[in-house]
Amino acid sequence: MKTFFSLGLIRGIVSQLIVTAIGMGITVAVRVAMGLPAWKAEPAAVVGALLGAIGFMFGVGALTDWLKWMKGEETPMRHGPPKDKPAWTRYFTVDYNHKIIGVQYTVTGIALIGIAGSLAMIFRLELSAPGLQFLTADTYNTFMSAHGIVMIGGILLGVAGAMNYLVPLMIGASDMAFPRLNAFGFWVTVPAALLIVSGMVFGGWDTGWTGYPPLSARAPLGIQLFFLGVYFIGLSSILGALNLLVTVARMRAPGMTLFRMPIFVWASVATSLIALTATQLIALSFLMVLVQRLLGMGFFDPNLTPEAVAMGAPPGNPLLFQHLFWFYSHPAVYVFILPGLGIISELLPVFARKPLFGYKWIAMSSLTIALVGFLVWAHHMFTAGMEEYLRLPFSYTTLLVAVPTGVKFFSWVATLWKGRISLETPMLFVLGAISVFLIGGLTGPPNGTVTTDLQLHDTYWIVGHFHATMFGGFVFPFFAAIYYWYPKVTGRMFSETLGKLHFWLMTPSFWVMSLVQQQIGLMGMRRRIADYDPALGIQAQQVAITIAGYIIFASVLVMIYNLVYSYRHGKIAVANPWNSRSPEFQIPSPIPEHSYEQPFLVTGEPYDYGLEGSVYISIKPDIANAPVAAK
Amino acid sequence: MSAITTSLAEYRHQLKSNRWGLWLFFLSEAFMFGGLLTSRFYLWGDTRPPLDQNLGFIVTVVLLLSSFFMNRAETAIAHDDRKNFQLNLIITAVLGIAFLVGVVGFEWQGEVRPTDGAYGAVLYGMTGMHALHVLSGLIFIMIVFFNGRKGHYSAERHWGVEACAVWWHYVDLVWVFFYPALYLMGTVIHP
Ligand code: HEM
Ligand SMILES: [Cu+2]
Repeated sequence: MKTFFSLGLIRGIVSQLIVTAIGMGITVAVRVAMGLPAWKAEPAAVVGALLGAIGFMFGVGALTDWLKWMKGEETPMRHGPPKDKPAWTRYFTVDYNHKIIGVQYTVTGIALIGIAGSLAMIFRLELSAPGLQFLTADTYNTFMSAHGIVMIGGILLGVAGAMNYLVPLMIGASDMAFPRLNAFGFWVTVPAALLIVSGMVFGGWDTGWTGYPPLSARAPLGIQLFFLGVYFIGLSSILGALNLLVTVARMRAPGMTLFRMPIFVWASVATSLIALTATQLIALSFLMVLVQRLLGMGFFDPNLTPEAVAMGAPPGNPLLFQHLFWFYSHPAVYVFILPGLGIISELLPVFARKPLFGYKWIAMSSLTIALVGFLVWAHHMFTAGMEEYLRLPFSYTTLLVAVPTGVKFFSWVATLWKGRISLETPMLFVLGAISVFLIGGLTGPPNGTVTTDLQLHDTYWIVGHFHATMFGGFVFPFFAAIYYWYPKVTGRMFSETLGKLHFWLMTPSFWVMSLVQQQIGLMGMRRRIADYDPALGIQAQQVAITIAGYIIFASVLVMIYNLVYSYRHGKIAVANPWNSRSPEFQIPSPIPEHSYEQPFLVTGEPYDYGLEGSVYISIKPDIANAPVAAK
Repeated sequence: MSAITTSLAEYRHQLKSNRWGLWLFFLSEAFMFGGLLTSRFYLWGDTRPPLDQNLGFIVTVVLLLSSFFMNRAETAIAHDDRKNFQLNLIITAVLGIAFLVGVVGFEWQGEVRPTDGAYGAVLYGMTGMHALHVLSGLIFIMIVFFNGRKGHYSAERHWGVEACAVWWHYVDLVWVFFYPALYLMGTVIHP
């Protein structure tokens, strides 16, 4: 019990609750002082939620060291599990080791994906027949909206988990450049997730994950908690990206030149460039709606007060929101998928025992996708009433993204070509990812072409499109990565049988789900709606989607069972179960507290699988003769 | 400071990383401020609200002057000149506070209210976001000031001062873009 209450997590939550109450109290006091009616739910909730999240960070201890710095004290770097407490407690407390933080991110990410998946299970059941069965329209909307944003949060955390765990290991860094900032970045997602989930209870909201005004300007209270939650997750993304970029820039091992970095590092850099910059705009756009609701600042409100008219003030414009929002949210989709595509490129050569085809092209294609991704946002607005002359340019830039994406596909196929392919679970998921991402990629260009998108927009076709891209670009590769690095993290092997079962349950179900979603979209099923016309004649398809969805959900449970069970009972893992050349596989499993006793030395190319006598790194380098590189 | 003080070589390595981190954060924030500027041009077009020109000019001059003194403070500590360091920090802070008083105490009491259509929203959005940053800079200055009084910085090791100074200049620079966008560009409409 004492251990329980000394856990950072618990102290954080308790302090979040207390400070939230204090924040609400302050709001009431200020309102009384201003002569307003004492209680109004929305300001109290916003101030309480905002301060509460900061309270969490105090309580959990993520700010302790910084506060000492402000007082001019130095703080030692903590290493290893906490003294006189069980070792597992460090996962529930502020810890500075990037491997711990990576696991914290990943597990929290899986938990969020589980919550969001459960919501989908509920509203998918609702959709298996026309009419309303057991949800009201409002609950449906809340569940659908929460499903979307919690999934996105989960994905961002999963991405951060993989990057945090792997990148320092891959470049031979002792840790991230700013370990405390790293811990802060993880812990701030916890109050954020709590805010979003509590938003479902306190009124819910009905805008979908995009939160477009004017609807979001009138939605129930829950939307404010949703905005704040996303705001804090965005903060986490920004700080994590910053940390990663500095780490890669500054902490590479000797000889680790840019074009000798594992390809996943390149993907992480491209991802981080997007997350660092674009995230500010979703934060800004949500903040603007938040203050519009709270203080009446009509950024997106086309109506004017008489005083404003007298002043000659122009009205607000809801389209501005969409521009700001998509300037982040289109590049954001690349935040989800670039690491995933990196994992595909990382794993393929290992299981095909061949060099990665076109290493430099792959590295550059990640950067190109990231950069071009900044220029396409308005393809989400073809039907929104935006300026007509913008349509064509954005259509072209959108189609341009297919080029670097195609580069990746060709490289994958060429890497597989004549390889000695072995089909262990991680490889199965990589191949599954490629097949699914192909569906997602091919359904993109019709959305990017104005003429076709006018028909496709806001239909289930879009739902089919983006689920395929997200599953192919993130979910499948993420699962591949989990299986692939599981032995390094835990020191145990997972059950190959259960892993294969997971794969064979999930993959065909996903194909069915996505393709049928696209089909009923073409037949007129709209997205984000609890009901549909029986005359569409699509009930059989709806049932098929629901069943496929349930099988996917069940298969993920199989994976979770496998991971938990094998943690105790799996076979002891050897250092390099997949015969990989990557640095992290040249040290023991599980990886010790200090990963490398001394920086390794990079002497060759990363992906020369199957080439006689080629070496990538030497772990015990002759320091005296080391080339002075990467400094 | 205590025994955990790092060697100068380690300090310099970390210093470079810190600089990278701070400048990347500037890049990130630039997108946020850029978003606000975009909103201004999107919503106001070539018009602007009736604002007090004298006030706008004065606060701008005050803020730019503060940057000069901040630079003096940083230079002073780089030469181990503690007296001038402390003095210039105080001047910077006073000018920073004067700026805030000008914006919040006077401009915000002017004709334009937050609820006045796009004028109110953007004006208060931009000045508010900027004022928050100035406030954070003032808190930073305060922390650096008190740590400086305890004798914490030296010519070799004053990352705290450097970060504070660069942050302050950055916030200033943002105003250099905001001021013309709010006060100078476009014409005032008199309906
Ligand atoms: C070949 C590449 C791609 C193209 C050309 C493309 C194009 C488009 C277009 C034009 C839309 C807007 C359709 C509409 O709302 O009418 C769209 C929606 C969407 N795409 Fe893609 N896309 C591509 C790849 C991806 C990838 C890789 C992802 C992410 C993982 C993704 C995620 C999404 C999402 C989430 C939406 C729906 C957003 C919403 O309204 O909620 N797309 N895509
Ligand atoms: Cu897009």
